[in-house]
Amino acid sequence: MSIAKVLGIETEYGIIATGVDSSPVTSSSLLINSYVSRFDATIGWDFDAERPGSDARGFSLDDVFPQDIEMSMVNTVLTNGARYYVDHAHPEVSTPECRTASEAVLFDRAGEEIVRQSMDAAKRVLPAGAELVAYKNNSDGKGNSYGCHENYLVSRSTPFGELAALITTHFVTRQVFCGAGKVGSEFEGMPSASVAFQLSQRADFFEEEIGLETTLKRPIVNTRDEPHCDPMKYRRLHVIVGDANMSEIATFLKLGTTAILLAMIEDEQLDNSLVLATPVAAIRHISHDPTLRQKVLLESGKTFTALELQDALCERAERYAEKFGLESVGEEDGKLILRRWREVIEGLKEDPMSMRHVIDWVAKKRIVDGMSERHNLRATDPRLKAIDLQYHDMRADKCLAMRANLETMTNKEDVLAATTTPPDTTRAYFRGMCLKKWPTDVVAANWDSIVFDIGREPLRRVPMMEPLRGTRQLTESLIAQSSSPSELVASLGDQVSSSSFKPTN
Amino acid sequence: MAERTRKQKIAKERTSTEDTVEAKVSSKGEKLKADLDDLLDEIDEVLETNAEDFVKSYVQKGGQ
Repeated sequence: MSIAKVLGIETEYGIIATGVDSSPVTSSSLLINSYVSRFDATIGWDFDAERPGSDARGFSLDDVFPQDIEMSMVNTVLTNGARYYVDHAHPEVSTPECRTASEAVLFDRAGEEIVRQSMDAAKRVLPAGAELVAYKNNSDGKGNSYGCHENYLVSRSTPFGELAALITTHFVTRQVFCGAGKVGSEFEGMPSASVAFQLSQRADFFEEEIGLETTLKRPIVNTRDEPHCDPMKYRRLHVIVGDANMSEIATFLKLGTTAILLAMIEDEQLDNSLVLATPVAAIRHISHDPTLRQKVLLESGKTFTALELQDALCERAERYAEKFGLESVGEEDGKLILRRWREVIEGLKEDPMSMRHVIDWVAKKRIVDGMSERHNLRATDPRLKAIDLQYHDMRADKCLAMRANLETMTNKEDVLAATTTPPDTTRAYFRGMCLKKWPTDVVAANWDSIVFDIGREPLRRVPMMEPLRGTRQLTESLIAQSSSPSELVASLGDQVSSSSFKPTN
Repeated sequence: MAERTRKQKIAKERTSTEDTVEAKVSSKGEKLKADLDDLLDEIDEVLETNAEDFVKSYVQKGGQ
C-alpha cells in the first residue's frame, strides 16, 4: 500500500558579486544574513545584525568576515518551515515538507522570493553600485554544477534496489518536459560547441547509475539514507538528477509525475519492461537532441525515444489511477498531474514549440533561436550563452524567464504569505508556528525536532519523527492554548526529552 | 441541374472553408511571429550589454 508522498525541493542558487570583491562563500553568507537579520528569530545561533556589509565599503568582504565563522553560522530555519543556508559555496533554500506537488510549487516560488528579498537587503548594506545576484540554474557553462534536489517520502518496506531500477527510466526521460535547457555541452572531453542546445542543465554531469556521491561521479539514483523521520518506517528518496525550473508547471510535473511513479512502485504496479540498458549514456544522448528523435536502448533489446517512454509511463500511471486512486499524492492534485502530463506529451509529439508557455527548455530555445536569427549569430556567440544564464537571473528587471510568458499556477499574495507562513499539511506547520510564536525560546530546529529553552535546565527536545503529525489540524489549538514553551512541553508530556544541544555562541 | 447547383455549392463551401482555415493559420502564424518579435525586443533591451564579459565572469564553485 503506497504511503503519502510528502515531498520538498532543495535549490542551490548560483551567485555572483558585482562591484565588490567577495568569495562565493562570503557572498552566500552575506546574502542570507542580510535576509535573516530583519527578523527576531535567530534560530540555533546568535546573530549580530550589525556586522554584515556595513564594514565592507572599500574592502574585500573576505577580509571582514573570516570564512570559517561565516560557514558555521549561516544555517537558519525560517517561520515558513524552510531551511536557508550556505551549502558548498552556494546559498540554498530547502522548502518545508509539503503534502502535494502544487503546495511544493508554492513554496519553491516562496524560496525564489526569499532570495530576491535577500538580494535587495544585501544591496542596502553593500557599497553603492555593488550587488549580489543569484541565479536559479544548475551550471556555470564551464563544467561546474550545483543541484536542485527533490525529496520524497517512501516506504521502508519497498526494496531499494527495486525502486532504483524502476524509477531510473523516469529520471532519464522526464527531462523532455522538466529540462531547463542549456546552450553548449559540458560533458568532459566534448567541445562545448558540438552541442548547440540541449534539454537539460544537469545531464552532462551524471557518470553513474546509482551511488552515494553528490558532487563527483554523480549518480542518477542517489542512495543517501538519511530519512529525517522514523527510519523503521520510511526512507527519504533524495533525487539529485533534476534541473531547477523557472516554469511552475515544469516544477509541478517534475514532482508530481515522480511522486505518482513512486507510489506505483510501492504498490507493485510498475513492471520492469521499460528498464534502460545504458541509462548514463541515455540521459546525455536524450539531452543532446532537442528534436526528441534520439532513441535509447532498453534491456529488452527494444529502442524507444524518451517521449515514447514518457508516453508509456504516463499510460501506466493513468491505468494505475483508475485502479488504485491517487490518494498518496492527493486525489485532486493527482488528477491535475495526470492531465498536465498527458498534455505535455501530446504537445511535444505534435510540435515542441507548442509547449513554450510550459516547458523551460522550449521557452529558452525559442529565445536563443529567435536572437540567433534576428542578429545572425554564430552558435558560439557569447550572447547566446548570456541568454542561457540570464534566463535564470533572480532580478525581476533582468530575468528572461519572467519575460517568456510562462503559465503560472500560484499568485503573488500566496507566494508572499508562504515566505513566512508554513504549509498546514505537514510537521512543517508545527515547526514554523513555534518559531513564529516563540522566536527567542526556540534554540534550534531541525527537520525532525525542535529544541526549546523553557527557562530552566535542561533544554527540551520535541521530536517530530512523523512527517504527517504536527499539521495545523493536529497542533493549531495546542499551540494557541500554550502561553509559553514550558506549557507546550508540559502538554506534550512523555513525547519530550531533554536535549544536550549547545548553541554555537 | 439541381445536382450541378448542389455540387457547385459544395465546392464553393469547401473553398470558403479552406480559405478561412488558411486565413486562420496565416493570422495565427503572424500572431506568433509578432509575439516573438515583441519578446525579442524586450530581450534586446535587458540582455547584459557586454555578453562576453558577463559569460566569462560567471564562474561558480561546483556544488552538489
